[in-house]
Amino acid sequence: MDILSDALMLSRLQFALVIIFHFLFVPLSIGLGLITALMETRHYRSGDPKDKAATHFWAKIFTTTFAIGVATGITMEFSFGTNWADYARYVGDIFGAPLAAEALLAFFLESVFLGIVLFGRKKVSKKFYLASTWLVFGGAALSALWILIANSWMQTPAGFEIAADGSRAILNNFWAAAFNPSTVPRYLHTVDSLLILGSFCAMAVGAWYLKKGINIEHGKRFVKTGLIVGIVTVVLMLPFAHLQATAVAEEQPSKLAAMEGQYQDGAVPLSLFGWVDDATQTTHTFISIPGGTSFLASWNFNTPYPGLNTLKHAVTSFAAYDGVKLQSYQGGTPPVNLTFQAYHLMVALYFLLIVWLILAGVGLKKANKGKINKVLFGFVVFGPLIPFLCIQSGWLVAEVGRQPWVVYNLLLTADGVSPIVSSPELIITILLFIIFYVILFIAWLRIVLGLIKRGPEAAVPASASDEPVLIAASADPVVMPINEAPDTKTPDDNEPKGGE
Amino acid sequence: MPAVIDAHAVLQILWFLLISVLLVGYFILDGFDLGSGILSPFVAKTEPEKAIVRRAIGPIWDGNEVWLLTAGGALFAAFPPAYATSFSGFYLAIMLVLFGLIFRAIAIEYAARDAKWRKFWNGAFFVGSLLPALLFGAAIGNVIQGVVLNSHGDYVGGFFSLLNPFALLCAIMGLVTFIAHGASWLCLKAPLESLVRQRAIKMRSMFSIIQLVVFVLVSVYFFLAVYPQFGSDRIAMPVAFAAAAVCAVGWVLARLFMVNRNDLWAFLAGCLIPVALIGITAGSLFPNLIPAAMNPAGVVTYFFVPGAADTASSLTIFNSSNSAYTLTAMTIITCIGLPLVLLYHIVIYRTFRGRIAEADVETGGY
Repeated sequence: MDILSDALMLSRLQFALVIIFHFLFVPLSIGLGLITALMETRHYRSGDPKDKAATHFWAKIFTTTFAIGVATGITMEFSFGTNWADYARYVGDIFGAPLAAEALLAFFLESVFLGIVLFGRKKVSKKFYLASTWLVFGGAALSALWILIANSWMQTPAGFEIAADGSRAILNNFWAAAFNPSTVPRYLHTVDSLLILGSFCAMAVGAWYLKKGINIEHGKRFVKTGLIVGIVTVVLMLPFAHLQATAVAEEQPSKLAAMEGQYQDGAVPLSLFGWVDDATQTTHTFISIPGGTSFLASWNFNTPYPGLNTLKHAVTSFAAYDGVKLQSYQGGTPPVNLTFQAYHLMVALYFLLIVWLILAGVGLKKANKGKINKVLFGFVVFGPLIPFLCIQSGWLVAEVGRQPWVVYNLLLTADGVSPIVSSPELIITILLFIIFYVILFIAWLRIVLGLIKRGPEAAVPASASDEPVLIAASADPVVMPINEAPDTKTPDDNEPKGGE
Repeated sequence: MPAVIDAHAVLQILWFLLISVLLVGYFILDGFDLGSGILSPFVAKTEPEKAIVRRAIGPIWDGNEVWLLTAGGALFAAFPPAYATSFSGFYLAIMLVLFGLIFRAIAIEYAARDAKWRKFWNGAFFVGSLLPALLFGAAIGNVIQGVVLNSHGDYVGGFFSLLNPFALLCAIMGLVTFIAHGASWLCLKAPLESLVRQRAIKMRSMFSIIQLVVFVLVSVYFFLAVYPQFGSDRIAMPVAFAAAAVCAVGWVLARLFMVNRNDLWAFLAGCLIPVALIGITAGSLFPNLIPAAMNPAGVVTYFFVPGAADTASSLTIFNSSNSAYTLTAMTIITCIGLPLVLLYHIVIYRTFRGRIAEADVETGGY
C-alpha cells in the first residue's frame, strides 16, 4: 500500500487519531465539569445527603474522564514538534504563544484545583471546595479558549506578516491574531456543544436509573438538571452556529463550497441530504432550498459565492503558492464529499438533539406523575451518542474543510510535516497509539459504567461522615518543623453516620 | 553572540533563563513524584502501602507535571526552531516519554478505583515513571554534547547514536537523582511508623551515595571526552562550574540533615541538586539551545559518538528565537501567569501539608 511509505499521510493519520481520541474525552470532561459544579452548588446550598451523594458521584465520573483528557492532551502539545516540525518553524512566532499561555494560565489552574476536588473534601472548607469545582471547570473553559485561539488562527490567520526571506510568519498584532475573525464564533460554537454533551450524559444516567427502577430520586434529578442545561445550550446553539457559519462564508470560501458541494460560482443552496461525486463534479441533493445557504450567511438568497473550480486556482495571500502549485496538492480543494457529509450529518444530528430533549421532557413529566415510561427513557439512555457524533463531525468539517491548507491560504499541510520523521517510525507510533488508546478506552468505560451501576449512594466513601482525619501532621516537631495548627474541622459532614 | 546587546537580545536571554526556571520547577516538583513512582514497587509491598505512595503524590502530581508542559510550550513560544528540531529529531525517544507520562497519569488516577486491573496500573505507574526519568537525562546529555544537524536544522544522527556513553551516563545521573529525590519526599510524607517510610529512609541514603558516584563518573567522562570538543561558543561555562559547586553543597547538606533525621530539611536541601543540575545544563549550553557537532564518520552509522563542535549549524537563542514583539507579549503573559501559578502551589501544598494519616489513605480521596 502506498500510504505505508507516505510519511505525510501517516502523519496526518496519526494526528487525526490522537486528536479524535483526545476530543472524545475533552468535551465530556468540560460538559461534566459543569454538571459536577452544579451538583456541588446544590449540595452546598441544601446540605441534603441526596445532593451530597450526587456530587460525589459526578465528581468521580468527571475526574475519571478528566484524567484521560489531560494525559492525551500531552500528545497534542508534543505533536506539533514531533510530527509537524516545519509547521512549528513556520508559525512558531504566533502559534507557540497560545500553547504556552494555555499551560501557564489554564492547565495550572485546573490541575491544582483538581487535586483539591479529588483529595481535599476533608481538608478545605465547604465554600473553598465548591469554589474548587468551579475553578476546575473555569480552568478547562479557559484552556479551551487558548487552544481555540490557536486553531482559529490556523483557520483565519490574522495579525501577522511574512518574514522578508519568506521563511516564516511573524506576529505583528497580538490582539488581531488572538481574536482573529473566527475565534469568538468558534469558541461559542464549540463550548456550547460540549455543554450539550454534558447535559445529555446527565440525562442518560438519570434515564437509565428510571428505566431500571433504581435510584429513582437521583434519576429524576439528573434528568431534570440535564434537561435544563440541555434546553438552554441547544437553543443558544442557533445563534452560535449562525455566527460560525457566517465566519466560514466570509473567511473560508473553499470550505463553504465544499460543505455544499458547490463547484461553480453562484448562490449556494441549502440541502438536507446529498452525495458529491468529485470525479464528475456533480452534487446530488435531496430536499434542497435554492440559495438557502447564501441566505443564512448573508440574509440574501442571491448572494453569489465562488465555487471550488475558481478557488482551486486562487492565488493566495502568500506568494510561495500560485494557482498552479496549489492545484498540485490534492487538486487544490478539500476532500469535497467528506466535508459535505460531515457537515450535513452535524446539522441533521442537531435536529435529533431537539427530538431527544422532547423525549426526555415528556418522560420526566410522566415520571413526576409516578408513571415511568421505560421505552422513552430507553431512547434517552443512548442520547449522548448524538452530541458525540455531532461534535466529531463538526470538527471534521472544520479540519478537513480547511485542506489542503494547514494554515488557511498560508501554508499547505504538505509543507508543515516533519522532514526527518520516517514512515517506519510513524507506523510504530501509530500502532502503539492504537493499542494504548484502546486499553485506556476500555479502562475508562469499565470504571465509569461500574460507577454508574453502583449508583450515587455508593459513591460516598464509607468513612465520609467520620471526623476529619490528618492525625500525625505535627506529631514530631523535629521531623516537621513547620508549626501548623491541627486541621480546621470542616462542617461538611453533619449528617449522622450511616444516615444515607 | 550578536555584536550589540539590544532589546531583542535581552529578551532572548530572559527567555533562556525563564525556560531554565520552568525546567527547575519541573525537576524539583515532578522529580519527586517520578522518583516516588519508580520506588513504589520497592518501598511499598502491599496494596495499602502502595496507596500511601499514591496518596503522597496524589493531590499534587498533576500540577507538577504542568511545569513540563509549560516548559515545552515556552520553548515553542520563544524558540520554535529548537522545539521543532528536538521534538522531531528525538522522535522515538520523545514518544517513549509521552507514552510513559500518559500511562503514569492514568495509573495514578485509576489504581485506587479499578481493583480488577490494579496489577496492571501498578506496573504502569512504575514503567511510566521510569521511562521519562531515564530519557530526560539522556536528552540533556545529548544536547550538552552536541548533535549532528543538517543545513535545515534537522537532527540527522539517527536514534541509536543518541545512546552514546555520555548520554547514557547522564540518563543514569537523572534517574538516580529522581529516585533519591523521590525517596526524600516519601520519607517526608509517609506515616511516621510505616514500613514505607523505613524503606524510603534506606533508599534515600543508598541513592544519595549512588548519586555521588555517578556524578563523579559523569564529571570524569565530561572532562576527558566532552569538554575538549566544545567550541569557543560555550561562553557561560563558569556558571556551570559554579552550579556544580552548589550541587555539592546541596548534597552535603542533605546528607547532614539525613543523619539528623530531619526529613523536611533533608528534602529542601536535596532540592538544590536538581536546581544545580539544570544550572549546569544551562551554563554549559548558553547561548546555544541545541549545539551542533560534526559527524566524525562523515555518514550516519549506528552508535557513533558526535565529534568536534560545528558552531555554524548550532541553534542558539540568537539565531532561533521569535521576534521581539512575540517575546514581549509572552513576557507580559508570564508576568500575569507566574505569580498566579506560585499562588496555586502555595494553596495546594499548604492544604496537603504534613504527613499522610493512615485514615487519609483508606478513603483514598475518592
